[in-house]
Amino acid sequence: MNDPKYTGQEFKVIGSRVKRPDGIDKVTGRARYGADMNAPGQLVALMLRSPHAHARIKKIDISKAEKLPGVKAVITAADLPDLTEGNAGLFDTLENSMARDRALYDGHAVAGVAAIDKSTAKKALKLIKVTYEKLPHVTDVDDALEDDAPIIQPRYATEGQHGNLINKGEFGQGDIDQGFAEADVIVERSYKTGQTHQGYIEPHACLASVSPDGTGELWVTTQGHYSYRNTCAQLLGMDIAKLKVTSSEIGGGFGGKTHVWMEPIALALSRKANRPVKMVMSREEVFKASGPTCSTSMEIKIGAKKDGTIVAARAECRYMNGAFPGMWGTLGGMTAFACYSIPNNKAIGVNVLCNRPKVAAYRAPSAPMMAFGVESTIDQLSKELGIDPVELRLKNVAREGTQAPYGPVWGPIGIEPTLEAVRDHPHMKAKLGKNQGRGVACGFWFNIGGQTCSDLNIGPDGTVNLTVGTIDVGGARASLAMIAAEELGITYEDVKVNIGDTSSLGHNDTTEGSRGTFSSGMAAIFAARKAVDVLKERAAKMWQIPVESVIWEDGSARANGKEHSNLSPLTLKDIAKKAGSTGGPIAGHHEATAEGAGVSFASHIVDVEVDPETGKTQILRYTVVQDAGKAIHPDYVEGQFQGAAAQGIGWALNEEYIYGKDGRLQNSGFLDYRIPVCSDLPSIDTKILEIPNPGHPYGIRGVGETSIVPPLGAIGNAVSNAVGVRMYEVPMSPPRILKALDEAGV
Amino acid sequence: MAGVHVTTTINSDPVEYVCPADESLMDVLRDRLGLMGVKEGCGTGDCGACSITLDGQLVCSCLVLGAEAEGRAITTVEGMADGQNLHPLQEQFINNAALQCGICTPGFLIAAKALLDENSDPTETEIRYALAGNLCRCTGYDKIVKAVQAAAKDLRK
Repeated sequence: MNDPKYTGQEFKVIGSRVKRPDGIDKVTGRARYGADMNAPGQLVALMLRSPHAHARIKKIDISKAEKLPGVKAVITAADLPDLTEGNAGLFDTLENSMARDRALYDGHAVAGVAAIDKSTAKKALKLIKVTYEKLPHVTDVDDALEDDAPIIQPRYATEGQHGNLINKGEFGQGDIDQGFAEADVIVERSYKTGQTHQGYIEPHACLASVSPDGTGELWVTTQGHYSYRNTCAQLLGMDIAKLKVTSSEIGGGFGGKTHVWMEPIALALSRKANRPVKMVMSREEVFKASGPTCSTSMEIKIGAKKDGTIVAARAECRYMNGAFPGMWGTLGGMTAFACYSIPNNKAIGVNVLCNRPKVAAYRAPSAPMMAFGVESTIDQLSKELGIDPVELRLKNVAREGTQAPYGPVWGPIGIEPTLEAVRDHPHMKAKLGKNQGRGVACGFWFNIGGQTCSDLNIGPDGTVNLTVGTIDVGGARASLAMIAAEELGITYEDVKVNIGDTSSLGHNDTTEGSRGTFSSGMAAIFAARKAVDVLKERAAKMWQIPVESVIWEDGSARANGKEHSNLSPLTLKDIAKKAGSTGGPIAGHHEATAEGAGVSFASHIVDVEVDPETGKTQILRYTVVQDAGKAIHPDYVEGQFQGAAAQGIGWALNEEYIYGKDGRLQNSGFLDYRIPVCSDLPSIDTKILEIPNPGHPYGIRGVGETSIVPPLGAIGNAVSNAVGVRMYEVPMSPPRILKALDEAGV
Repeated sequence: MAGVHVTTTINSDPVEYVCPADESLMDVLRDRLGLMGVKEGCGTGDCGACSITLDGQLVCSCLVLGAEAEGRAITTVEGMADGQNLHPLQEQFINNAALQCGICTPGFLIAAKALLDENSDPTETEIRYALAGNLCRCTGYDKIVKAVQAAAKDLRK
């Protein structure tokens, strides 16, 4: 019954374009996001943040702030004892939520205030006196590995290597020295990518309430309310079961709402004040003190035979993790050459610390940077070999049976079909004009499963509640209702999906790694199948026949066998109505660690026009081809492809954190950190391929992340083709393009 | 700071409130009047999530003072539907999957309505420029543009 194997069944509901159930709430302003909840007696909390990139905190005097009328609580690190019991990652989270002995980046929190209103809280912040001793800082990933760079986290420094180098993730196969020795052509280049932010439109926001009896509630915008619960409870010494976390509607996350930031402080302030506390970040705080992605610096080397067979490839990429270590370089190393079958390859992802905010996941984290280097190098290789860039990729493409650079042997995968679809797409034949260029690039992302728990309850009228513990950031309720309806044989409209709070279901892993529809979808299928077993038992009881004689078909119980031919089918509604007299409520439940997430590949085509006078790049046409496994709701699959491509376009052309020599962020607002607006983009064309994931009953693969991987490389190739000068640094902002043209004498 | 007494009209209803002279209209609408459909994405007029119309003119309510609403007529997303009947823009945003997370949606709806009130048959380029003051990070704008085109067609019927 719980066999996750793909069966190739025919679908009635899956694949249709139904209206999302939360649509009306979201177009009428009724949907409640992180900042939209209030509680009786609530206070407003604000954070005081370091104006320095790196400074010792010698003293914090909060006495004047505490005395200001209307101030109910002020806290510093002194109010947050270390309860992490040697858990290094948890201690990092504690230190990141509030600086202890040192402020580690511009924007690092140093004190929090809760007051009766915002203006009182603002006044209180001004009354807190912090005595800093400024320390040397470093914000560039390569500078951080210079001999004279200040060491950001001495507790992570290892003998025999630079103190800011945390670790290296190394992956690959074969013998690259021998491979390069066999190559006829070798291209070796260096690249850099800027630090970007997920740019979700909703700032971090929460409403925290802790009672003196040790219970608490947290309403918060998050991708993982269970993980927030576990982390906050541990940091504050609370019992996990006594902290109820409810995920609000979430106004975008893209990985940035997978970790706690100010939430433990809001809870600590509430506990100290014994009042509910609302805390909402400003946009400036979001940029400075949440978790943007890594900036990188890398060298890529690829060698091929004259016929285009790639025989060796090497990548080494340094990932700037911010002030706390992450696994970002490691992930990047795993993804580098995943699209290809290369006998000798090595990819090294290096994790480096800097005086910048703690990096968090950003949609297929670490893959876009590595893909920028690899896909740019492959394009240059194709020029040296005189082979069409799509054909060169196809010649070396990974297929079913190819061993991935990080170990597993691929099952059925979609990279070759996406490249073939690109090759055959009318977009590839469209004429280009002056100053215009076309680029193609590929991308890979793992996708994950993870711990998942869900409940399916059938009401007395036969309508169904499906409660899940993953969040809905872009139509997941619709997809999951479709899956439950498909499995039960009822209509989509008869299923209502709820996002359960942490007290209503067992632990669910954070909604990341494109796992929401994959894993909660799988849990919904198995919960529904359990409910069907109960429905069959109840039908047997109603008919007074053995349950073995009951089958479930098209939403009804049918009695099998000639001797029962007088029994007309009982619909789910018929059985639900009688539940009270046949054994009580009818439900299905499923909990498991979902395995079998299907890897995902995409290939993109982009046309650009570059104005040689201003250096400005306009995207003329964009096509995404991606394997979805099975598109449950095609509208929202297309939406994921388009949104990911748009984020990649922003990253490729405009977005980057700009730090001054003082180590302070200079563009912490949407005016100066410019994400693409409607007039910047053309219509983004999409093509969904469906190569079923053998590890899911419906063939589902995660779809949310992969399409942010190719745009940097695709646009880099297109811009380079348009201007005739290779671009090695992202973003390809107008000043950078003009500089490249100038240096090339164009 | 002394409070300012304001008499205004919001979504066709008469409303009175008292607010500090330096409080933004966005904060008044959200925190004093409970119109939470007005969203704050930046507080600096860069994202358009708090878009409303003031005497028919599209503005970011974070850039207007609460005191400035005296004697004016305000429309927020809460005032778009006619009872149980959604505005065609609201209908078409749902039909076209023009929202993912939905946080920018109220602002887009208000901005799109301001456009269609002025221009009943905008070109795609006109739509894209009219909505350039509203940031969406989820959709890549494609389905938003299609929803506005579909709603414009409905409204011309």
